Amino acid sequence: MTTLIKYIKSFTLFELIKGLKLTITYFFKPKVTLNYPNQKGPISPRFRGEHALRRYPNGEERCIACKLCEAVCPAQAITIEAEPKPDGSRRTTRYDIDMTKCIYCGLCEEACPVDAIVEGPNFEYATETREELLYDKEKLLRNGDIWEKQISENLKRDSKYR
Amino acid sequence: MTSLSFELTIGILKIFSFVVPVLVSVALLVYLERKVLGAVQLRKGPNVVGPFGILQSFADVLKLLTKENLLPSSSNKFLFIFAPMLTLILSLIAWAVIPISSTYVIANINIGILYLFAVSSFGVYGVIIAGWASNSKYPFLGALRSAAQMISYEVSIGFVIITVLICVGSLNLIDIVESQKNMWFAIPLLPMFVIFIISALAETNRLPFDLPEDEATLVAGFFTEYSSISFGLFFLAEYANMILMSSLTVILFLGGWYPPIDIFPLNAIPGIFWFVIKVFLILFVFLWVRATFPRYRYDQLMRLGWKIFLPFTLIWVVITSAFLFYFGLLPN
Repeated sequence: MTTLIKYIKSFTLFELIKGLKLTITYFFKPKVTLNYPNQKGPISPRFRGEHALRRYPNGEERCIACKLCEAVCPAQAITIEAEPKPDGSRRTTRYDIDMTKCIYCGLCEEACPVDAIVEGPNFEYATETREELLYDKEKLLRNGDIWEKQISENLKRDSKYR
Repeated sequence: MTSLSFELTIGILKIFSFVVPVLVSVALLVYLERKVLGAVQLRKGPNVVGPFGILQSFADVLKLLTKENLLPSSSNKFLFIFAPMLTLILSLIAWAVIPISSTYVIANINIGILYLFAVSSFGVYGVIIAGWASNSKYPFLGALRSAAQMISYEVSIGFVIITVLICVGSLNLIDIVESQKNMWFAIPLLPMFVIFIISALAETNRLPFDLPEDEATLVAGFFTEYSSISFGLFFLAEYANMILMSSLTVILFLGGWYPPIDIFPLNAIPGIFWFVIKVFLILFVFLWVRATFPRYRYDQLMRLGWKIFLPFTLIWVVITSAFLFYFGLLPN
């Protein structure tokens, strides 16, 4: 009897029709695609994207050249050189991040005692040449100026979990 | 002399009136395939080029045309170039006998179905030549598989066609359609209809029977070495063959240009509309099947062709002819 049922099933293409029925229900379901450049997915406040160097509201650089980020960086992507300023404060003269080495682990961000180096929400910084990915201090500070509003907001939203 | 050149012009115009829509439908079919596959996989498919992405295939053709046409140094140059041309030409000349209405056909010959069958059998030569001329192992294996597969399934397609011919009593495609005015053959010959669709999938190397171009084992099968527009010609030929096979299905089983029911608002619509609708319905089934089933294994494919379809169709030919003979329904 079971063999007979098996034969009937295989000759009426029972299983195949079941499969076709399944795919046609999916055919009419709403689609999950995002139209990427026009439509973007949500990003967590912890998102680790492009780096930025922040400033205080009065325009002074936050970075105090403690070099903790340089020390903690597992990919050794950060290079810092520092000198005392005329007013006696320590400030960096050079702050380079090799974005081709960076593994976006976020340790620099965590090591920083003054929240100067952060990884911002920007992930759309593809370039056409490799050299453009070797960021210097100027570029990082500019990023900080551009993204400051979102960065400070994200830090505030995330602060209660830290 | 003038009447001859006049007839020639009319003939050429008639040919263009078939070839151009076929090529445009190929572009449309490629787009439709990507849309259907996308929809089944919960994606949107191409939607950037033109309204709803409908110009995507034309952009792809432009891309193919601007690429370099690579010739493998160890290949047989003449045959390598010749194979895609042959494949495309064969898939286009078959349209000569396809009637899209009771009067509109390029060549209304009395053995239309045999001509179609012959031309589609020739299709395997393009594949074999391409695989051999590439002088590379994967194309060669793909070509061998393709040859075996197309021949196996042509046998059962042959029997299916014989069953239809027994019911019609003519080899002319227009006669075949006109004998379905009251009842489409898909209803009395349902098993044959299903077998024909499955064999058509195998004949056009479509999933789940696309072993000749099985990318998991053979890179891209018989056109692995092809690039640029010579690849484009294979691509075009494959889809043109799909459209050909589905219009053959429509002619043999779904009543060609006749509406589903012969009542007023339906039979007022021109027949070509019904023909195109039915062809695209069958093409949708092709794509739907592709989106649903995994690829067959090669020995399973051969088993299905020779051990199931061949005896089944053979028995059905006998049953049909016995039935028609017993009830005296055989056409004269």
